Parts: sequence; C-alpha cells; structure tokens
Amino acid sequence: MAAVAKGPTPLLAIKGLTASAGDLEILKGIDLEVFAGEVHAIMGPNGSGKSTLTNVLAGSPNYKVTGGQVLFEGQDLLKLEPEIRARMGLFLAFQYPLELPGVRAWQFLKAGVDARRLHNGEEEMGAREFDQMLKAKVEQVQIDPDLVKRAVNEGFSGGEKKRNEILQMAVLEPKLALLDETDSGLDIDALRIVADGINNLRSPQNAIVLVTHYQRILEYITPNHVHVLFDGRIVRSGGPELAHELEAKGYDWIKDAVNAGV
Amino acid sequence: MTSAPAKYAHYFADFQSLVQGPGAGAPPWLRDLRDNAWSMFSETGFPTARRGNERWKYTNVGPIAKIDFNFSTRPTDANGSRSLAASYKIEGPAVSDLVFIDGRYSPELSSPAAATDGITAASLASIFTDSAFDLESQVGRYASPDGDGFAALNTAFLHDGAYIHVGDGHSGKVLVRLSYITVDGTHPKVTHPRTLIVAGRNTDVTVVESYYGPKDSVYFTNAVTEISVGDGARVDHYRLLLEGEKAFHVGTNRVKQEKDSSFSSASFTLGTALARNDLEVLFDGTGGYCSLNGLYLTADNQHIDNLISIDHAQPNCTSRLNYKGILDGRSRAVFGGTVVVRPGAQKSDAEQTDKNLILSKFAEVDSKPSLLIYADDVKCSHGATAGHIDADTLFYLRSRGLDLDTASRMLVHAFASEIIEKVQPEPLRDYLNTIFAAAIPDKSLPIAWTG
Repeated sequence: MAAVAKGPTPLLAIKGLTASAGDLEILKGIDLEVFAGEVHAIMGPNGSGKSTLTNVLAGSPNYKVTGGQVLFEGQDLLKLEPEIRARMGLFLAFQYPLELPGVRAWQFLKAGVDARRLHNGEEEMGAREFDQMLKAKVEQVQIDPDLVKRAVNEGFSGGEKKRNEILQMAVLEPKLALLDETDSGLDIDALRIVADGINNLRSPQNAIVLVTHYQRILEYITPNHVHVLFDGRIVRSGGPELAHELEAKGYDWIKDAVNAGV
Repeated sequence: MTSAPAKYAHYFADFQSLVQGPGAGAPPWLRDLRDNAWSMFSETGFPTARRGNERWKYTNVGPIAKIDFNFSTRPTDANGSRSLAASYKIEGPAVSDLVFIDGRYSPELSSPAAATDGITAASLASIFTDSAFDLESQVGRYASPDGDGFAALNTAFLHDGAYIHVGDGHSGKVLVRLSYITVDGTHPKVTHPRTLIVAGRNTDVTVVESYYGPKDSVYFTNAVTEISVGDGARVDHYRLLLEGEKAFHVGTNRVKQEKDSSFSSASFTLGTALARNDLEVLFDGTGGYCSLNGLYLTADNQHIDNLISIDHAQPNCTSRLNYKGILDGRSRAVFGGTVVVRPGAQKSDAEQTDKNLILSKFAEVDSKPSLLIYADDVKCSHGATAGHIDADTLFYLRSRGLDLDTASRMLVHAFASEIIEKVQPEPLRDYLNTIFAAAIPDKSLPIAWTG
C-alpha cells in the first residue's frame, strides 16, 4: 500500500501513557501516533495490555490512568467523559459487547447518532431519514435485518454481537475506530463480513486501530502500521511484514527478544 | 347491632349512618353481609400488631389506623376528574368505561357499552335489589372478611362498585375499564371500591382497574376485587395504582380459577405513600394457567408491599409470577410470594421471580419467596434479586455518546419494559410506557462500579 500523506497533527497522539486496573499496572508507557487515513494493527500475546489500551482510550471506568497524555484532534482526551469522546468521533468496538434487554437497537443507535449531531450543533435526525440510513447500513454490513428489531445483543450469538458492533460503527461513522479483538471467535464467513465492514469505513478522513491476537484478519485488512504490544509497552513497530513475521515466529520470539534486552 | 371498640368509634358512626341513613334501601342479604363484616372488623381491627403476623411482618399500617378517615355518603362533584378518566382511550364494540368518584358510580363520566345479551358491566348499587343478578350468592364469595380487617371494613361499607358478568359461552373479547377516583376534600377520606368480575365458561374478558387521587392529599383507598374465571375462560386483569403521593392503598384481590382457565394479571404501582397489593389465586380446577406480573417504581419514603399467593389445589396447573421493582430515595419494597401445592396436585408447575433495581443506597427491598409443596411430581422454582445498574453496561451506552442521565434512564426503562411489553391493549401499553418513563427519577446514578 502506498504511504499515506501525513497531516500536520496526528488524529491521535499517545505519549507515555500508563494505566492500572486496581493495584495492577498494565500499561507501562505507551507512545503511539495515528494519522487520518491510517490503519494500525496492534498485536501481542494475551495479557499484554491490548484491550486495556483501547478501553482506556474510550474512557472505561474499570481502569485508572496513572500518567502520560493522549491528544485526540489536539484535545486532551483523558479529561473527557466517555460520551464526549464518542460524540467527538471516537468509537470502541467491544471485545465482549453487552446485552441490553429491553433496549431496542433502533432506539439505542438513534440516541447515539442524535447525541453526536447535537454535540456538533446539528439537529436530531428525523425518524424517516434515520430509518433509511439504518437500512442502508444493515445492507452494507450484511447483518440480519431482524437483529435490528430486537433488543440490543440480547440472545445474539458471539458472531452476531461482533457484527452488531460493526453495524454500530457504520451508523456512527467515527473518526477513530478502536476495534478490540473484533475478529476473535468469528468463523471465516463472519470474519470476511466484519473485514468488509471495516474496509468500507476506511477513508482519508478517519483512522482505525485494530487490536488483534491473530494475523488472520490482516489477510483482509492491510494495515499501514503494525505494532507489537508486550508487557504494557510497544516493543516493535513496522509495516505489514511484521505481522507475517509474528505469524511465522510466534510471540515467544518477541518475548525472548524483549527479555534479552534486544 | 354490634358495638364498636372505642378506637374505631368514628368508623362505627359512619357505618351506622350508612346502614340506617336515608336511601340505604339495601336488600336483607346485603344488610346481613355488612353487619357480619362489621362484627369481623370490630373483632379483628387493623393489623397493627405485627409480631408473629407473617402477613404484615414488614409493613406498618399504624399510619392508616391512626387517621380518622371520613367515609363520604354524599355524591361528590366529578367535573375535575374528567381528564383522568380519559387519560387514554381503548376503542371497540364491547368496551365499557365505568368511572367511580369517591367510591360512587358516576353516570356522567361513564360510558358503558350498549346492552348486549350475556354481558353486564354495571354499577353494583344499580343492581343490588335486582334479583335477576343473584348478587347474594356472588358478592363476598371469594374475598372473605373473616380474619382480614381491611376486607371486612370494605365489606361492612359495601355500597357501590363494579359488577362485570360475561355469560357462559359468550364469544368475542369483552373489555371493561374501571376508574376509581378520589377527589380532593377538606378532611382525609376513605373509599371502599368493590369489584366483582365473573367470566363465564369459555369467555374472554379484559378488565383494567385504575386508581387515581389528588397528588398532595392524605386519603385511603381500601379496595376489594373478586374474580371468578369459569371453565376454559380467559381473564386479563390490569391493576393501575396511580394514587397521589400521600395516599394509602390496600387492595385485596381474590381470584378463583376453574378447569382449563387462564388468568393473567399485571399490577402497576406508581405514587402512593403506602400501598399493599394482596393477591390470591386459587386453582379450583385442573389444567389452569396463571401469569401474575407486577411493576412498581418507588421514590422518597414510599412503601410498597406485594403479597401474592398461588394455591395449586388441583393437579396440572401452571403458574408464572414475575414482579419487578425500581426503588429510589428511601423507599422500601416488600415482596412476599407464596406457592402452595396441595397433596395430590401432581404436575404442578410454578415459577416465581422478583427482581429489583435499586437506584439509591437508602432504598431497601425485603423479598421473601416461599414454596410449600405437598405433592411429589411437581416443578417449582423461585428466585429473587436486588441489584444496581451495571457499570459496564452503562459504559457501553456512554461509549456510544449517551450521557449518564440518558443512559441510566434508558436502562431503567428497559428494566421496566419487560413487564410493560406484555400489556395487550396497545393504548394501555403506550400509556404505561409514557407514565413510567416520566416517573423515572432524574440522575439515576449507578452505585455498582465493578472495576
């Protein structure tokens, strides 16, 4: 893939980010810059801090930021409530999307769209316009239209929940999408659909950070940058070839290299 | 005539003026029924002594016993109640609307359905003396005044109410809406609404029973509803407690189900300083099904007590009980659910759940489900939960741009919607959705951070 021209300021700039869950320090100093138009893949073994990173960026109450700085479009992201981050265009596709019994998908998605529009000084979307938009997105991400009529994620299979995250992403059209192991637990057909959904979102105006344990999804989505997260730090960065190297050598190679101080 | 204990002297005076007053004109059976009930009440009184009284263990009726509520014998001006009775509209050919003001039937606010063979939806007072209805053998048959002070007091003051009778084999749905409205007065009032529903063999009857009153006045509604569900009949009973914030409400509901009948109830409680919903269902024939649902939303110092008992006296009956509560402020909810399976009632199938969502650290729930099983081939389960809004779920909503307040409201409403969505008449369902959404307290802050 051709190199993407970088704007003067990154969409997302993480400097020295540290965070903990309870007494356990998980992120030990993350530095990362993401520019509009880019796709970054963050790989790493289980427990390395991948999910923590995306959750901290989205404002999860389960983690405490202990140091560092995150700028989103030049604004101090860490000071903002989760909903403000979302309205500014940040989106987290959850690794384990929650079931919302009694909350209709329609109502949930429209509330999200309207919150963002109001934040941007626009009016709420009309019900008919929203219906048409939703219908188009449902077709685009190839999700069963009946799922949208039901309560959010209630009784959905694992794959349906992941697809529903992609639908939400398509509807909310984020500037920065954080995908937390959206590929895990998917069969090959679902993986292809999810990958298509992500590729459809790619544009010069927005960026995607894809957290994954496996190289598999990168056969469908070509990242600009691949990073390896290990023990709360990014220990390697490179191009798509880094993913292939990891696939061939496994994570033990990274562990050994880091432990040897290489 | 029985004498009155000194502490209920003012009730006795009101009772005397009812039974001896002008226009009392009650038939002998009704006089006997009232006299007998008064004797019961004067013996039993209000259940203020709670020690050893399981039925009233968690609910103090002292405030009700202390106030000298007035029983009004004069009809009250009904004009101010027009809008309440018309809060929502249910259309249809067999739809009757009966409105009672301070316990008395209001012909000007009511619109009974056109007379149809086999259907009666009328004011009790208008037919007490009409032997064609044989009320003598029906009124008080299911709700006994014996040992129950509130039912006894209601029966002693029996003077009006609703009578709904659908004759055997009547085809087509019958729907009756009952509105019992207390209007503002200078002195705390008591009303004794009385409802009798008799669904004949293979009939299909829906009754929506609503209670309204002034927002800021102290008053007491002491209601009794008796329901008989005939062989193969279906009765859907909705009970809307929309009383004022200083109101006291005690509702005694007794249901008898015959063979292969189906009964569903949905009880909705908003407002009310102290409310007691007492519901007993008896399976008196085999193959019956009942589904008892409830939703209550409490705030401030409200106290809501739901006491439900299902008696599987016959085999092959199925009961489902699902109550949900939302508690804020310093409010308290009491839930007592009892399932009795009698000897020989094999293949009984009973499930009961009581789930509570607690929005404040000062609110309290006492949930006490119990199963008394005297047969061996049965399937029974019960469960009770009390929890808070889940922090992870809340974060999920906020991560989509919803602020804390909107997200909380959405989750609280979603919790309630499981019960509301089962409501069959669509206008009623919409109405309930609207009033419950409006009643969700602001800033339902979560207090269960799981991290």
